[in-house]
Amino acid sequence: MAWQDRYEMVCGVETHVELATKTKIFCGCSTEFGGEQNTHVCPVCLGMPGVLPVLNREVVNLAIKAGLALNCEIAEFSKFDRKNYYYPDLPKNYQTSQYDLPICTKGWVTIETEERVKKIGITRAHMEEDAGKLVHSGETIMSSDESYVDYNRTGVPLLEIVSEPDMRSVPEVLAYLEQLVQILQYTEVSDCRMEQGSVRFDINVSLRRLGADGFGIRTETKNLNSFSSVRRCLEYETERQAQVLNGGGQVIQETRTWDEGKGITLALRTKEEAHDYRYFPEPDLVPLVIGRDWVERIRTTLPELPAERRLRYLELGLSEYDAGVLVAAKPLADFFDRALIRFDQAKVLVNWVTGDFLRLLNANQQSAAESRLSPEQFAELMGLIDQGVISGKIGKNVLEEMYLTGKDPSLIVKEKNLAQISDEGTLLRIVDEVLAAHPQSVEDFRAGKEKAIGFLVGRVMKATKGQGNPGLVNRLLREKMT
Amino acid sequence: MAVEGKRGGERVKISRSDVEHVALLARLELTEPEIEMFTEQLNSILEYAAVLEQLNTDGVSPTAHVLPLHNVLREDVVRPSLEQEKALMNAPDAENGFFRVPRIV
Repeated sequence: MAWQDRYEMVCGVETHVELATKTKIFCGCSTEFGGEQNTHVCPVCLGMPGVLPVLNREVVNLAIKAGLALNCEIAEFSKFDRKNYYYPDLPKNYQTSQYDLPICTKGWVTIETEERVKKIGITRAHMEEDAGKLVHSGETIMSSDESYVDYNRTGVPLLEIVSEPDMRSVPEVLAYLEQLVQILQYTEVSDCRMEQGSVRFDINVSLRRLGADGFGIRTETKNLNSFSSVRRCLEYETERQAQVLNGGGQVIQETRTWDEGKGITLALRTKEEAHDYRYFPEPDLVPLVIGRDWVERIRTTLPELPAERRLRYLELGLSEYDAGVLVAAKPLADFFDRALIRFDQAKVLVNWVTGDFLRLLNANQQSAAESRLSPEQFAELMGLIDQGVISGKIGKNVLEEMYLTGKDPSLIVKEKNLAQISDEGTLLRIVDEVLAAHPQSVEDFRAGKEKAIGFLVGRVMKATKGQGNPGLVNRLLREKMT
Repeated sequence: MAVEGKRGGERVKISRSDVEHVALLARLELTEPEIEMFTEQLNSILEYAAVLEQLNTDGVSPTAHVLPLHNVLREDVVRPSLEQEKALMNAPDAENGFFRVPRIV
């Protein structure tokens, strides 16, 4: 019997996202990823005695922006606190974070799964600093006699977004994460480069008997950095908890870690050993007072959010699927929108954008923004096909050429002499030659075999190197044979 | 550790085990006489601070900071960082540009 027949899953997620600032949260060191170890550090982020942190205004701007996009209340009065713990990735022995007065509270995001549309509550979102990176001498931290520390990431601004325990299935969790990441990307609060660890998820999950009101005992699995890890982790952890419960046991409230290679979660520490963080107000930072005017100023910078954009696409007549493909990749959707200004047949355009263009992008591991091909050039190509200057088939070749060279489509058509042959006289000569060469097909067609015309069109197209206007060729062949 | 001025009218005293707990969290190894000494000293600090309890604070809202300031902010402009060599200069141990630390767990 599957556990789903007895239990319901309850899940909440804490998301840590690196904010897209140029400098760290409390000092002017660069946040750039991939610098040589310990070269983006200064006395402030190294926790030297006597230094004073100063809050980066852009961190506050981005936190407000994220808060608004997540339908949160923005606190008029907010402050920072010290979260004390002893670990070498944290040179000060405390993390500067926000405890009881976070900048954002009480928001929500709307998710859609195959089953339903649902609101997922956001409890809070607060600003804090990231920790450094550890490299262990052995295979794991347990088997290492020593570790190496790079403090470049220390002090990179984070927003920790805490959801309510509102999710009841793996698809709901994934829909929430996808929606959250899309919102953060659309608002440019973060680049959300998962492979660089700029978004990390902590997954809180428990099971309860179907129909029960209260929550079961939960575990928290920390530091997952991809959707697929989250899915696998949830599948493993719910199954594990169900086995414990079915065996008459009790789930232990604990922090666990995800072993990507083995695909399992492992206990890190139990609640009894839980950190005693001894939060207290950060004396080195003065409080933050955010007036309505500040919030409203940020509100004016909010772009169209993914859910709104999806609705707009559906209203344009795009399919759910096409709208979803576009919205999921903001650069692609931006590209589509710009091309649409010059070529207004949305459905024709989307087929090309999510078809041949996306295939080229994927093959070259590029986003639409990185491509040499501009939306304006793309729209011009659509126009050439629409006006019958070139056929759709030739259009595909032109697109590839444009993608490689960045040249205008009209120039490629001219240089390579690709324009469609729509001159009746020229086509008629070729049609006559083809008919003379294939008497059997002519006979078949006259005997009522429609298929034969396809073959004959193919021969003419081949003779014109694909440049014959297929509609015209078809008509001329029929006229000649009847 | 519950350090409050009063609990149910009684002043809470810092016990030996409180000191041991805090020492553990701070990774401090204390000798017996040190534990005694710090227990005593921390209690006298609390006692001293308890003078404040004599003040009437009715109608005074709690504060988050002692300075009458807010919104001290800097612009998001990159400033030079330390050179790696300088960053590591005070490190007890370093290798290849990394700080080297002993076994963590």
